[in-house]
Amino acid sequence: MDTTRGDAPIVSLAGVRFAYDGRIILDDLNLSIAAGESIALLGRSGAGKSTLLKLINRLILPQSGTVLVEGRDTREWDPIALRRRTGYVLQEIGLFPHLTVEDNVALVPRLEGWPVPRRRARAHELLELVGLPPSEFAARWPRELSGGQRQRVGVARALAVDPPIVLMDEPFGALDSSTREELRSEFQRIRKHLRQTVVLVTHDRDEAFALGDRVTVLEHGRLTCAS
Amino acid sequence: MIERHLFLVLWSTLVATAVGLPAGILAAHRPRIGRPLLAAASIAQTIPSLALLGFLLPLPFIGGIGPRIAIVALILYALLPIVRSTAAGLRTIDPAVIDAGVAMGMTPRQLLWLVELPLALPSIVAGIRIATIVGIGTATIAAAIGAGGLGEYIFRGLSMVDSTVILAGAIPAALLALIADGALTWVERRLAPGRQRLSRAAPVAIAAASLLIATLAAGEIRTARPDAIVVGSKNFTEQVLLGELLAQTLERRGLTVTRKLNLGGSFICDRAIRSGDIDAYVEYTGTALAAILKQPIVKEPEAAFTAVRDAYGRAGLSVLPPLGFNNTFAIVVRGADANALGLRTIDDLRRVEAQWRPGFGYEFAERTDGYAGLSSAYGLHFTTPPRVMDLDLVYRALASRQVDVIAGDATSGLIAALDLAMLQDNRGYFPPYHAVPIVRSAVLLAHPEVREALAQLAGKISEDDMRAMNAAVDVDHQDAAATVRKLLARLD
Repeated sequence: MDTTRGDAPIVSLAGVRFAYDGRIILDDLNLSIAAGESIALLGRSGAGKSTLLKLINRLILPQSGTVLVEGRDTREWDPIALRRRTGYVLQEIGLFPHLTVEDNVALVPRLEGWPVPRRRARAHELLELVGLPPSEFAARWPRELSGGQRQRVGVARALAVDPPIVLMDEPFGALDSSTREELRSEFQRIRKHLRQTVVLVTHDRDEAFALGDRVTVLEHGRLTCAS
Repeated sequence: MIERHLFLVLWSTLVATAVGLPAGILAAHRPRIGRPLLAAASIAQTIPSLALLGFLLPLPFIGGIGPRIAIVALILYALLPIVRSTAAGLRTIDPAVIDAGVAMGMTPRQLLWLVELPLALPSIVAGIRIATIVGIGTATIAAAIGAGGLGEYIFRGLSMVDSTVILAGAIPAALLALIADGALTWVERRLAPGRQRLSRAAPVAIAAASLLIATLAAGEIRTARPDAIVVGSKNFTEQVLLGELLAQTLERRGLTVTRKLNLGGSFICDRAIRSGDIDAYVEYTGTALAAILKQPIVKEPEAAFTAVRDAYGRAGLSVLPPLGFNNTFAIVVRGADANALGLRTIDDLRRVEAQWRPGFGYEFAERTDGYAGLSSAYGLHFTTPPRVMDLDLVYRALASRQVDVIAGDATSGLIAALDLAMLQDNRGYFPPYHAVPIVRSAVLLAHPEVREALAQLAGKISEDDMRAMNAAVDVDHQDAAATVRKLLARLD
């Protein structure tokens, strides 16, 4: 069940168990993710996919077992520092409606205390990367964008401080199928420019195989098969 | 008046915002603490405003008449809308936005300041807007406890039964409320997320501006001279005239006087003079005995005066010689009815007790020397229960046939003006109500000329004088100060 190769894995879960409200969601789960790898976790809704992502950026802690990120137990990580090293793309996107597109993308740099010109340049660079020309989009408000454009901003926002790990929770699930196709190929293009480790969860088989270097199926709280 | 009104509303809204905002945040983030907090704010909101002022009056530190207690009451009213709308604004934020912020590595504080508060701001401003509008309306009640404001016109107008004076208070209050509503609605709209907004500094600027106005308004108010003699009065025409009478008499002696007229009922004036908020006001011997000192009624005027003087003396208050007139209760009917039915005495009322409806002021309805005593003394039992209303309204109610018999004041200017008739107290039920100036003894010691000045008034004001002055104000709508000036000129 372990396909680690080369260096120490950037993320590794060992014997992880997580139950919520008396229901076991993850049970004795083991997984190693190599640096630079793009792994897709495929599973039905309720299979524990989001839970797994939340364990990695310490939104939750496992009841037993360990989650190591960059060799360090998430229990020992400062949650704020850990989360700033892990970009997160949600299905609901969750853009800040009171901030412009540019300010949304530049938010983590702002939290990190980057000077204004630097974070502005970074936001424009990323908007360019996700196919939203800054001259046209930087000053727009989230409510003025289409669903696909919003998710592009969501991706740009997650990449803002160039985090070593990017977590994606059904990133394109809420979009119509043609937009989904378009963003999928767009994302493959973006991936070529970046060296991030990507952990993507989805219920969509095609998406999993299109975006993952490796696909793992999550069922009944365990990883049942890997390709 | 309007500066004072603004002062009350702005200060209370500012303090309520400073307290309510953190409370609302707590209510949204910690429901276990928040729920009782909201419940407490709701309860404060349900207490009728006059009752709330009544509860607060005797409290240490915040009690006593004047703007302080009015501001405390207004703060309590302003809290609920602010706490509730802050909590609601925070709770209705899209959870995905919060999740994104947390997952991004925002600290709780950053989440609050960068995401939650900006998104809840329109809702918070809506709460402040409602609190301000409610405050502008409620602050009119503040006049009842001498805190001033536009309510002073309203109370004065009610006691003069003059709707022009009432409108002089009501219209500016309504306009203020409309302006506040319009301005804050505009701010609220501009703060909606995803708009070219006011600069980030706008809320700060607005808060600073209101603070500035509040401070300027406060400067306007803090003009009371520390060595001034503070003259008070209850909130009906005769009392305002008597307050003026004391004030002008002292001013003619070269003393500086601050007027705190229109101070609610006997209870509030008594509290005010005992706590030193006012230095002098005119009380009536019968009222002092029965309502304030809770002593048995004394029918003989001299004995009543002595009893009152001795009891007040023990509390550090000096009762000066009576002004002359006796403002006893008067049982009054329409002149036409009195003629048609041949009603002359209160005894005669028993002939109509099955058909007639009485109307009384609050004090007469409640006091033992009021309706209860009257009906047992005369064996008088009206079939219809009395309608209880503000004392100022009973005369009009009688004239417009809403009630058929009222308990009024013997010195009311309206008795002659509305063609009413006073029935004779043939069983001598009503005790004497001679008007006596009450002055804090400490003030008499510090300013001996106060006693000399007021002693000149002893026995000088007859019932006819008082009735004529009341009529001048209530019927002919003359200015109270000018009416008193005329009387003093005649007495010279």
